[in-house]
Amino acid sequence: MTSHQTRPAETRLPTVGKPRDLRSRASVVLQYAIFPVAILALWEICSAIGFVRRNVFPPPSEVVSVWYDLVTGATDLAGRYSGTWLDHAWASTWRVFAGFGWGVTLGIFLGPLIGLSRVTERVLDPTIQMMRNIPVTAWVPLSLVFFGIGNAPAVFLIGLGAFFPAAINTTHGVRQINITLYKAARMMGADERELLSRVILPAALPSILNGVRQSMGIAWVLVVVAEILAVRSGLGYLLNDAYLFYRNDVVIAAMLSIGLLGFLSDQLVVFFRDILLTWNKRETFDGQN
Amino acid sequence: MGRIDMTSVTKRFETGDSVVTALDDVNLVVQEKEIVTLVGASGCGKSTLLNLIAGFETPTAGQVLVDGRIISGPGPDRGVVFQQTALFPWLSVEDNIAFGLSLRANRGKADRQQVVERMLQRTGLSAFRERRPAELSGGMRQRAAIASVLAINPSTLLMDEPFGALDSLTRSIMQDFLLEIWEEQRKTVVLVTHDIDEAIYLADKTVVMTAHPGRIFEVIEVNLPRPRRYDMRSEAPFIALRDHVTRIVRTEALEGAAIPAVD
Repeated sequence: MTSHQTRPAETRLPTVGKPRDLRSRASVVLQYAIFPVAILALWEICSAIGFVRRNVFPPPSEVVSVWYDLVTGATDLAGRYSGTWLDHAWASTWRVFAGFGWGVTLGIFLGPLIGLSRVTERVLDPTIQMMRNIPVTAWVPLSLVFFGIGNAPAVFLIGLGAFFPAAINTTHGVRQINITLYKAARMMGADERELLSRVILPAALPSILNGVRQSMGIAWVLVVVAEILAVRSGLGYLLNDAYLFYRNDVVIAAMLSIGLLGFLSDQLVVFFRDILLTWNKRETFDGQN
Repeated sequence: MGRIDMTSVTKRFETGDSVVTALDDVNLVVQEKEIVTLVGASGCGKSTLLNLIAGFETPTAGQVLVDGRIISGPGPDRGVVFQQTALFPWLSVEDNIAFGLSLRANRGKADRQQVVERMLQRTGLSAFRERRPAELSGGMRQRAAIASVLAINPSTLLMDEPFGALDSLTRSIMQDFLLEIWEEQRKTVVLVTHDIDEAIYLADKTVVMTAHPGRIFEVIEVNLPRPRRYDMRSEAPFIALRDHVTRIVRTEALEGAAIPAVD
């Protein structure tokens, strides 16, 4: 074997577009920073010149101060909400993960059943396809009647929303499996269980995790809906309560908190995806940057 | 081990309201440790024939026996090498080679680590053992695929255009690699190809098939000495065989040009 016969992507590609010295590193930081900084600056200026009323749409500087008090309780700027951030953030986060957990688990469990068997497909798929067209928010009244006020309807709604992308993408992933791999494994003597655990699920994993990522996104949407309507804690509740008390600075701080936690949750999914899917990146455009 | 008997095998496929006869009354004997190549225009049923032996398809009529037993499905006694390399993209080369032996059906058959080492060495892939298939060249990928099949030690090797996706230089290197392996291990090999040179170069017997319906037109004994050498391709006996096969396949392809091909 001569060395020129192989040029592994691994050693060749990552050098492309990767910062090599301080200057290009600074330019990367700039690329990331320029858009958010521009928005914040524009927003601050609009408030400063009186283009928007400060109590309607407070500038970023005020939002940051209020946010600081929300978290620490140090300045009392947030009034009745001072120092409550951690409790609300925690309440939302655990609801998201509880709902996400059951929805995604059920979806990944049902996906292969629908994807691999015509019988289960006929039994389950039309119902799932119909139900997924009902916006999860339309389930709010029924879930309140059913579960009452509290965590139960919230976790139910979030899980319901997280279920569909996980189930549909898992089904899709299972159906997209390269038939040659399946035949090869059968030829080598793989039994049903081995086919599932060692061929079908690994091959479907990119699609499954794609669904899981969408589920996480939907979970954060629904936690806000649920907390506005069904519970008296969490960032969604904080947001709605502050709105009723005309505290738009707190409203915006709550919005940004939801965005931040949603972003971090997404990054967590991406982190696990990248660990599980090192093999899937190399031949794609994504793998080259 | 590895004798194949096909008697009066017919295979029809129903697609919607039309029925396609892929194989019509095919009789074929493949002796133990023989290399038989199947060649013919597209639509002649050569891949169907291979799939019947592999157990991926069942005959509509007739019998396919391997070592005297009717085939009930695919199994590790008949290793299949596919044109589209059947390597698991999420496994390293060595894990791909170890895959078959790690299945419950093959537990205790052989010392897995030892077999993997031997296969890596034999295929020249030792230095690439931790690579993923996507990081290999086409030739290396196909060698890894062959190694993963040889690891389960099948008595028969069924190959469906295994080198069809390779460039011609790599293809001829892979043909010699296959012959070397065969000289060492003496397995029964049934290989489907559309490359007439390849069909003759590798074979003890070349089966020439014709299409619509798929039939065996002629079974040609290839009496070239073994081990085969690349130079033989430019010598008279080889050329005579090639011209003979080419004439059959070409005539067939020209006649069938008006008929839509079903492979």
